[in-house]
Amino acid sequence: MNDMAMIEERPLAAKAPQHAALTEREVQESRRKETILYLDGVSVSFDGFRAINNLSFLLGKGEMRAIIGPNGAGKTTMMDIVTGKTRPDEGEVFFNGTVDLTKHDEPAIATMGIGRKFQKPTVFEGHTVEDNLALALAGSRSILAAIFHRRDAEEEARIAEILDTIRLTHLRDASAANLSHGQKQWLEIGMLLAQDPKVLLVDEPVAGMTDAETEETARLLRDIARDHSVVVVEHDMGFVRDLGVKVTCLHEGSVLSEGSIDNVSSDPKVVEVYLGR
Amino acid sequence: MIVGHLLRRGLNRWIVLSLAVILAIGIAVPALNLLLPVTHPLHVPTYIVALFGKYLCYALLALSLDLVWGYVGILSLGHGAFFALGGYAMGMYLMRQIGPRGVYGDPVLPDFMVFLNWQELPWFWYGFDRFWFAALMVMVVPGLLAFIFGWFAFRSRVTGVYLSIITQAMTYALMLAFFRNNMGFGGNNGLTDFKDILGYSVQAGETRAALFFASAAALALGVLFVSALGASRYGKLMIAVRDAEARTRFIGYRPEYVKLFAFVAAAVMAGIAGALYVPQVGIINPGEFAPANSIEIVVWTAVGGRGTIIGPIIGAILVNAGKSWLTGFAPEFWLFALGGLFVAVTLFLPKGIVGTAIDGWDGLRRMRDGKRRERGEDAPLTGPQPEAAE
Ligand SMILES: Nc1ncnc2c1ncn2[C@@H]1O[C@H](COP(=O)(O)OP(=O)(O)O)[C@@H](O)[C@H]1O
Ligand SMILES: [Mg+2]
Repeated sequence: MNDMAMIEERPLAAKAPQHAALTEREVQESRRKETILYLDGVSVSFDGFRAINNLSFLLGKGEMRAIIGPNGAGKTTMMDIVTGKTRPDEGEVFFNGTVDLTKHDEPAIATMGIGRKFQKPTVFEGHTVEDNLALALAGSRSILAAIFHRRDAEEEARIAEILDTIRLTHLRDASAANLSHGQKQWLEIGMLLAQDPKVLLVDEPVAGMTDAETEETARLLRDIARDHSVVVVEHDMGFVRDLGVKVTCLHEGSVLSEGSIDNVSSDPKVVEVYLGR
Repeated sequence: MIVGHLLRRGLNRWIVLSLAVILAIGIAVPALNLLLPVTHPLHVPTYIVALFGKYLCYALLALSLDLVWGYVGILSLGHGAFFALGGYAMGMYLMRQIGPRGVYGDPVLPDFMVFLNWQELPWFWYGFDRFWFAALMVMVVPGLLAFIFGWFAFRSRVTGVYLSIITQAMTYALMLAFFRNNMGFGGNNGLTDFKDILGYSVQAGETRAALFFASAAALALGVLFVSALGASRYGKLMIAVRDAEARTRFIGYRPEYVKLFAFVAAAVMAGIAGALYVPQVGIINPGEFAPANSIEIVVWTAVGGRGTIIGPIIGAILVNAGKSWLTGFAPEFWLFALGGLFVAVTLFLPKGIVGTAIDGWDGLRRMRDGKRRERGEDAPLTGPQPEAAE
């Protein structure tokens, strides 16, 4: 990995004095090693429109981060890039400090341990709540394994546990199509838990929820963050404050401001483009 | 052991009931034909045995389409190609069984090859003098074509209408190819004038009875296979891919392989149906590849109810019975009737006969549970979910 990177960067290194370039690179690399997600200089355009513009974003191992920003800021697109749905035009995207995510597709990235909840809740509507969880449950993804799969006591217990966590035990056998919007959001979070990923990307989890449900979701995410790395995109500032974590504000595809919720929300740039309106 | 578990999981009372009915028909119809004198009121005439034997093959064919269309959501408009290929593989065996009894009396070459002045058997006809080889090819050839086709189509993420169109193009291309004399499959006339199967005359009542029973048994196995598959985790995965393909990728599944497995399994089932069909009708020709045939299969499945197991079987039998009846006096109206039927089902009965019946049944049960709750009796909040697709 090390050697590969050196070869790639040789043209750059040739311009600058050799030793200085190397140390700078080494610093950068050791910084990368400590991250679970590492995006550097990432750009992506759709038909000439730059949705992500030289974006750099680091998520530490075990960290939870909240992302805010106006509609169209590129929050969802950033998740698309991390999960392999969209290929960046340029820039580096690393998982766990070493895995180059631009070289993998969605299923590969998902099985590495990156789980995602979509902005528009997407569950399998033809299935019951329980079957949605069963499909997401960590384990082999091969066709033969699926054909010959037998549910064991351990899985049974895991599903019961998740149902309890997401408060859907009483709707276990209900069709996912009949859930309320908020319940679908929770079911999708449950599916994320079932996958047991290392990183959870959670896109607008409280849209369409009552205040009580929103509070409950914040509690749930804080709980999850105790042993996972989490990125939460949300507009609800009360909810973001409730999470009590570092905040990144995106605007026009790059980071506008980063820091504690108080610092970011009082940042004049943030007030102007986002909060002020 | 594992397979036994898999099969048991697929069994619910509807499946057991339909298996019993299929096997009972498989035994009773040929028995009533062979054992009773022609004058007996319960005697089943031979032409009925032949007709219903054909319907059983169509039912298996519709069930196989249901596996890809109803469960995985791939609308194949070329499914008839796999049926025809299975039929041709069986036809080649039957041709080679004729031996020196052909019109030209060549010990090896079928008549049409002698007629074309061919000196020796083309390489791809080798082995078809053996039943086991032909039986293998009945499954391997359609399965292989489905694998190659599906590998490219599904991996390049061709879906929806585009996929339907290329499946239709596939069967059309095969039809044109099989029409050509120099392809070596009898061209326009196809393969016919069969004499023996496994040493028994294809015309004999006993052979027809055995073929009828074999068709019923194959259909029963098909039902068992689809229901076991549907009840497994893979079955749930098929539905998930049908309803939200992209979503399955983000939990680590590869929908292209989910589709590929179903597509190949369905092609093998269709091939078996075609192989049982050919000795019962006595001919296989390129017309079986006609795009219209594949569309008919879709109509049977839609009428009966896709995504259910019994639906396509009932649809295939009802629509074909209607076809036999109508073509008896007004054959020119059949295509209009078929088109009208499809439009009517799409508009008024989108879930088909069986799908609608299941909904009605569930609705009744919910009403009954609701009444019970009103009276203060214990009733489950939601009724027990129907197992598998039934
Ligand atoms: N696949 C795509 N094709 C074209 N434009 C896209 C695509 N994905 C995102 N965009 C555009 O990129 C911009 C950023 O969108 P998005 O990431 O969804 O913003 P956010 O989630 O922050 O509201 C929007 O202007 C959107 O229209
Ligand atoms: Mg968004």
